[in-house]
Amino acid sequence: MLDSILFYFFAGVAVLSAALMITRRNVMHSAVFLVTTLLAIAGIFLQLHAEFLFVTQIIVYVGGIMVLFIFVIMLVRLDVAIHKMRFRLQKFVAVLVTVVLGLELFVILHSAGQLPGGGLFVPGSANPDKLAPNSEKLATSLFSNYLLPFEIASVLLLVAMVGAVVMAKNRKRTDEP
Amino acid sequence: MMSPAHYLFLSLALFLIGCIGVVTRRNVIVVLMSIELILNAVNINLVLFSRVFGDVAGQVFALFIIADAAAEAAVGLGIIIAFFRNRETVLADEMDLLKW
Repeated sequence: MLDSILFYFFAGVAVLSAALMITRRNVMHSAVFLVTTLLAIAGIFLQLHAEFLFVTQIIVYVGGIMVLFIFVIMLVRLDVAIHKMRFRLQKFVAVLVTVVLGLELFVILHSAGQLPGGGLFVPGSANPDKLAPNSEKLATSLFSNYLLPFEIASVLLLVAMVGAVVMAKNRKRTDEP
Repeated sequence: MMSPAHYLFLSLALFLIGCIGVVTRRNVIVVLMSIELILNAVNINLVLFSRVFGDVAGQVFALFIIADAAAEAAVGLGIIIAFFRNRETVLADEMDLLKW
């Protein structure tokens, strides 16, 4: 009972603030609603017993990525075209295509739910409570089976950092004679 | 635990909202935010199946997706700042340097 109340609370907050995020004209409001969505998704992670991802989601997304977004929003002057509306036809077509995609996926998920076992092939030994000490399991798996992807991810982050610094740098023409 | 279908439909809803945001908004910053939303919808699926199958690999991949999202946001926002410095705009339909 408590489980379902928590699920519907977090899911409702996530979907509602995601819908508000893409409809607000003011970009700063969009950013704040995105923070709300990300926190609600972190709650969903916690409900799925992924404690480490819950903490990571809050630290990395809300503490890191969103701060970056808000810095950029404040650096960039946005008041020029907030109230301009154009591309009515494109917007209509885009929403239509997305709704068709949504119906398709909905039908797939719904008809899969009619199959025995909800359409999921669950191995007989799978026990949902096997993941109890979550951070420990995650660390063991990350540093044994997935060590190479982990190292590659560190290289990726380094490349992204260097790339972002190079692109956002203010190029002064000091090298010209 | 709720049935897996509940989480799948939540993930589907967030994914579709993100798609609508990507294709309808003109502000590139909001488009980037919608991409973050799509990545999070995928993460919900990964964590859900990690729990259903009792295998921690899904959470490991969700972790990699979070790292990728951070890298993507950093590079994307760097591009936006560089573009804004050159053209004084962040609207997608005014980015037409390659159009002739």
